[in-house]
Amino acid sequence: MSEEKKPVQNSSCLSGTGVTKIFGMGKEKTVAVDHVDFQFREGEIVSIVGESGSGKTTLSKMLLGLISVTEGEICFQGKPRDIKGYRKKKEYWKGIQAIFQDPFSSFNVFYKIDQVLLDCIKMRGGARLPYEKKVEMMTEACRFVNLKFEELTNKYPFELSGGQMQRLMIARIFLLKPAILLADEPTSMIDACSRATILDMLLKLRDETNMTIIFITHDIGLAFYISDSIYIMEHGKFVESGTAEAVILNPKAAYTKRLINDVPKIHEEWDLSTV
Amino acid sequence: MKNQIRQIFHSPKFTVGFIIFAALLVLTVFYPLIVTNDPLEMVGQGNFFKPGTYISVSEAVNTNPYTLNLNASSSRLEQNLSMEERMAMADWLNQFAGISSKEMDVTDAGGLVSLWKDHYDSASEQKGLIAARKKYFSRLDKKITGLLEDTDVLLAEKNQETGEVSVKKTIPSTSYVNVKDVGSRRVFILGTDNFGRDVLTELVAAIKTSLKIGFIAGLIATTIGLSLGLIAGYLGGIIDDFILFITNLFTVIPSFILLILISYSIGKNARGVMMVAIIIGLTSWTWTTRSVRSQVISLRNRDHVNLSKLSGHSLFRIILTDILPYIASYVVMALILQISSGILAEAQLSMIGLGPATTTVSTLGLMMNWAMSYSAHLNGDWWAYFPVIISIALISFSLNLMNTGLDQIFNPQLRE
Ligand SMILES: Nc1ncnc2c1ncn2[C@@H]1O[C@H](COP(=O)(O)OP(=O)(O)OP(=O)(O)O)[C@@H](O)[C@H]1O
Ligand SMILES: [Mg+2]
Repeated sequence: MSEEKKPVQNSSCLSGTGVTKIFGMGKEKTVAVDHVDFQFREGEIVSIVGESGSGKTTLSKMLLGLISVTEGEICFQGKPRDIKGYRKKKEYWKGIQAIFQDPFSSFNVFYKIDQVLLDCIKMRGGARLPYEKKVEMMTEACRFVNLKFEELTNKYPFELSGGQMQRLMIARIFLLKPAILLADEPTSMIDACSRATILDMLLKLRDETNMTIIFITHDIGLAFYISDSIYIMEHGKFVESGTAEAVILNPKAAYTKRLINDVPKIHEEWDLSTV
Repeated sequence: MKNQIRQIFHSPKFTVGFIIFAALLVLTVFYPLIVTNDPLEMVGQGNFFKPGTYISVSEAVNTNPYTLNLNASSSRLEQNLSMEERMAMADWLNQFAGISSKEMDVTDAGGLVSLWKDHYDSASEQKGLIAARKKYFSRLDKKITGLLEDTDVLLAEKNQETGEVSVKKTIPSTSYVNVKDVGSRRVFILGTDNFGRDVLTELVAAIKTSLKIGFIAGLIATTIGLSLGLIAGYLGGIIDDFILFITNLFTVIPSFILLILISYSIGKNARGVMMVAIIIGLTSWTWTTRSVRSQVISLRNRDHVNLSKLSGHSLFRIILTDILPYIASYVVMALILQISSGILAEAQLSMIGLGPATTTVSTLGLMMNWAMSYSAHLNGDWWAYFPVIISIALISFSLNLMNTGLDQIFNPQLRE
């Protein structure tokens, strides 16, 4: 896969300097994200790798504008990001979307699945389309992630399996086609076989729409497999960053080396064989 | 939804509470259809008539009698000899007639009296008894003799002209009337109160008004508490601080004191049932606000809310569809508790004379207040206050039981 990677020269779509998030105050203060600098380019696949609790989800929520930034600045398409007020936020979210880490808590359990997908169509300005057309779009989106819309329609989220929910989340992205996608461990509950297919789907989507994908994962092997550049996160800080090859084949930080060594043997062989 | 309701009724606590509450509701709806009397009609002249069937004496006299060969005196004895008197008789017989207590049975008045008649002699010496005690026994003897007498009752008529009295009718002690033949009769299942009103009818009306007060107060408190809690919890920031400040202000002053002050200051004339309900509602929303607020805070950062934001939903829609349904069960429980505490608050207010100042309706609190101010509790007129206490307890018990049942269903930690 890595041989196919295009050289990255596109313009920056999302960047940040000194971005920090501190939860709580006084003694109970947690520095979840600690002065991180980054620059994500258009059409790039970026992986943020780090162990549990390192602040990956917190960073992605800040990038999405769902939680406030304690300190630092985020630039969106070259300009300082301005998302004050409901209207600006709504506009911002047309361009940046997410797949959340825990599919079980990602859906409103009181509404049918159809509603989630219909909202996406509406967001893309398709509110007035005839219902048959909408069904067609939803069916296509579901097919994209190996789901059958006929089986899902009129069901509630809690009637689905974790993997089905995650795939539904991806179907959402297919309908929305945002410029930037923040995927927080989007395939953690999908079996290895479908995982490869779905990741390929995401990559295909990237090729079609030149979507920037920010991929958050524990799995450094997976990150290497799909991404152009990798950021390694430890205790809220980026300890290492660069192109996938540079980071994995030539790790500098001790933490990165440890992460690479923790990858199971079969993985390692597979990793090396792809070089 | 259907599933959830089925689940709710699987909880024995909720079901028992619901049945009690529903029974009370049914009572307040159907009783007035059957007994159409004005619940506040002052039927009795004088206060606190005992529970029972009251039949017209003059009509009974004029009703066709039946002769029953019953020894009326024995039932009279049973009715009129108190346990204390029977014990005294047994003591006397034991002491001065040498009858062992095994041979006597104080529960059988007839047997005891026949022994007494055989052995008692007021002229006997009765060693060791003080004079007062001797007199007591001779009085008792006279009473028994009176009770045993079976003389006919004479009805006399006065001649208008001569003024002479002549016997019109003799009523032998063996003559009876069937209560059903007497047209003028009234059953007071729970007697009458200090104003001579039928307690049961009044009580049913009172339960209805009190439930109404509870509902109105509960709805007001829950609406205010819910709206403020939702706004404060979801928006956060300055608005949250401001709402929290007001809530704390209301919490620092105990709401009951506030209730008393407001009730007192608006004066007696303005204090109708509706007004009292509104005042109770306006002073009791604080804890609903607090708990709704904390629930909302724990919800507002959940991913389903985030997803809703990312889907471009408006603030109002998010609160309505992504927050409210998740706390709905909780709000229902809060409402139930508010209703229950509203009813109690009315009872407390009325007990100290600050309840609805009205003569047109009764409430549970007012009934308590009337019974207490006429010392029903000191005179043993239990029917005037005991059923009221039971009603308050039942309402409050059933509502709390429903609440605990719901809590166990919606709060998985409490599930056994
Ligand atoms: N809302 C919050 N309030 C307080 N602390 C928080 C909050 N959210 C996250 N944290 C803390 O911030 C730190 C980083 O959390 P975060 O969820 O970003 O980790 P993560 O890298 O996504 O971990 P994982 O791989 O397990 O998902 C943790 O120590 C966590 O306890
Ligand atoms: Mg995370």
